[in-house]
Amino acid sequence: MDIFAQQLVNGLVLGSVYALVALGYTLVYGILELINFAHGETTMMGSMIALAVIGALFGVAPDLPGIMIVLAGLLVAIPACMLLGYSIERVAYRPLRHAPRLAPLITAIGLSIVLQNVAMLIWGKQYIAFPTTLLPQGRHNVFGASITDVQIAILVLTVVIMFGLVTLVNRTRLGRAMRATAQAPAVAQLMGVNVNAVISSTFIIGSALAAIAGVMVSANYGQAHYYMGFLLGLKAFSAAVLGGIGNLAGAMLGGLLLGVLEALGAGYIGDLTGGFLGSHYQDIFAFLVLILVLTLKPSGLLGSRSVERA
Amino acid sequence: MNVLDYLKGKAWLTAVLLLLGLVLLPFMVEASLGKSWLRILDFALLYIMLALGLNIVVGYAGLLDLGYVAFYAVGAYCWALLASPHFGLNLPFWVILPTGAAIAGLFGVLLGTPTLRLRGDYLAIVTLGFGEIIRIFLNNLNAPVNITNGPQGITQIEPVTIAGLSLGKTQEIFGITFSSPHLYYYLFLLFVALVVFVCMRLENSRIGRAWVAIREDEMAAAAAGINTRNIKLLAFAMGATFGGLSGGLFASFQGFVSPESFNLMESIMILSMIVLGGMGNIYGVILGALLVTMIPEALRYTGDLQRAVFGEVFIDPADLRMLLFGIALVLMMLLRPAGLLPSKLRRQELAEDAT
Repeated sequence: MDIFAQQLVNGLVLGSVYALVALGYTLVYGILELINFAHGETTMMGSMIALAVIGALFGVAPDLPGIMIVLAGLLVAIPACMLLGYSIERVAYRPLRHAPRLAPLITAIGLSIVLQNVAMLIWGKQYIAFPTTLLPQGRHNVFGASITDVQIAILVLTVVIMFGLVTLVNRTRLGRAMRATAQAPAVAQLMGVNVNAVISSTFIIGSALAAIAGVMVSANYGQAHYYMGFLLGLKAFSAAVLGGIGNLAGAMLGGLLLGVLEALGAGYIGDLTGGFLGSHYQDIFAFLVLILVLTLKPSGLLGSRSVERA
Repeated sequence: MNVLDYLKGKAWLTAVLLLLGLVLLPFMVEASLGKSWLRILDFALLYIMLALGLNIVVGYAGLLDLGYVAFYAVGAYCWALLASPHFGLNLPFWVILPTGAAIAGLFGVLLGTPTLRLRGDYLAIVTLGFGEIIRIFLNNLNAPVNITNGPQGITQIEPVTIAGLSLGKTQEIFGITFSSPHLYYYLFLLFVALVVFVCMRLENSRIGRAWVAIREDEMAAAAAGINTRNIKLLAFAMGATFGGLSGGLFASFQGFVSPESFNLMESIMILSMIVLGGMGNIYGVILGALLVTMIPEALRYTGDLQRAVFGEVFIDPADLRMLLFGIALVLMMLLRPAGLLPSKLRRQELAEDAT
């Protein structure tokens, strides 16, 4: 089997998940210039809620087609996360919109801790297995790489979602309101845009994407954990910065790039360093690349923001 | 503030009262709450040092550093490697501590140099990445050459020994028995005093004002003739040095270090101490450090509370305390976004914003 092609496929699948989560960061940052630190936790909640529903449904009606059960889990997780995202904004960010800059960051961190621990209290500290038997088990051979049905579904779904999101932002009334709010909230308000509603919708959209990403990642790796949101969120945020935060295409590109880089890096680092560094350095790549890009081109690959608040 | 105002004219009285209180505090704590709280008190002192160090970077210079724990780790591992059976070394503490602090300071410059151009959130994420990289290296530098002993960490680290007196054992001095945490308390207190003194002198010095100028408006600061590059690097280096110092003390006190002690959560805890207490204000930062160290520990008693109210323990208090801590963080920020004791300058700014 061709290692390069295999790692490329793995990287693209991983990158799709990063991209979906990164979109949530970038949407919010584009409008509020705020890092929604609790976004990784929203992803984790999506994954856990979906798994809980899937597990319960599988127990009650094991005869249902597997895809239906997984879809049901997804359909519960998405609105649940939307509600969560909406509440996070209302509770933690809206009251602090004119507070010193670090204050919302700290509430976000506080909320992350709360969400993590709530998840731990509900679902325990152990890994929760995704009943992978529910999903098609097919494997296909593409250019020497083995790709599963689940991975194909993830890639296709990601492309569809990205296309839908771009259409939403560029073609709809809500999208226009979002862009206006991002440019100048005060002026947008004067022009009749309900800025608060726009901000709420941004959080809701981002959270829906996070829920989908959460289900994807647990389906791909076959497990979920109350702590999974942390590293995932961190890397997704790195991806958003890599692509140029506040920029939709940038988040997608950054996510995919980061995923591929990580997978290839993990596959080849042993050979490159003569066995000195092993594949457990995988997590370093995200940060290393990030530091390099930010040092050389701080606005990210596709970013064009010139004025930046300190 | 009234009490402080009253004591302002009587500096020596304040100093004597404070000193007496601080010297007697461990006796009272050990007698009333037990040895475990004495250890917590020691940790609180360590965190005060850390928070004051980070306060230089975040509070004064306005550079949001989310990877501060890396310097703590560097200091701790310096001590661990130079005074443990791992390499068979056992250097005296007055050699290791400055070495560790200096190396940590060097790392500060190392981090500062490539990030000079970055500001705000970008800086936050890069420093965060830096912190994670250090942790991952500590975790994996056990093969092919075993330097850090990997995830198992380094054990049997030598305690501080002053004039043949080991702080790691219970000692009897002038007929009074001092337990090990009790002895460390005095050592830490000394260092905290040193750090507080340095911070206070810095605050109104040329350098301190330059930091604040950079925080408020970097371009204006540069136009006013401040060498922003050097001054920012100095902030990173100073902050990192304090981090390295407390790291070394931590390693000797704990007798054991592992990469798990230096995760992002730790950086976040230290940052929340500063923000909670009041950024840029030394007293605020000290208060924040005390609260953030003590509250999660105090929340362990929720188990007893549950037993008293419901007759049994529903939720393991160890699981509950972080949850409650998170809620406390959120509430604190919603009620007092500028922290408990905002610095004067910040208060002025907030008042201006309101008008």
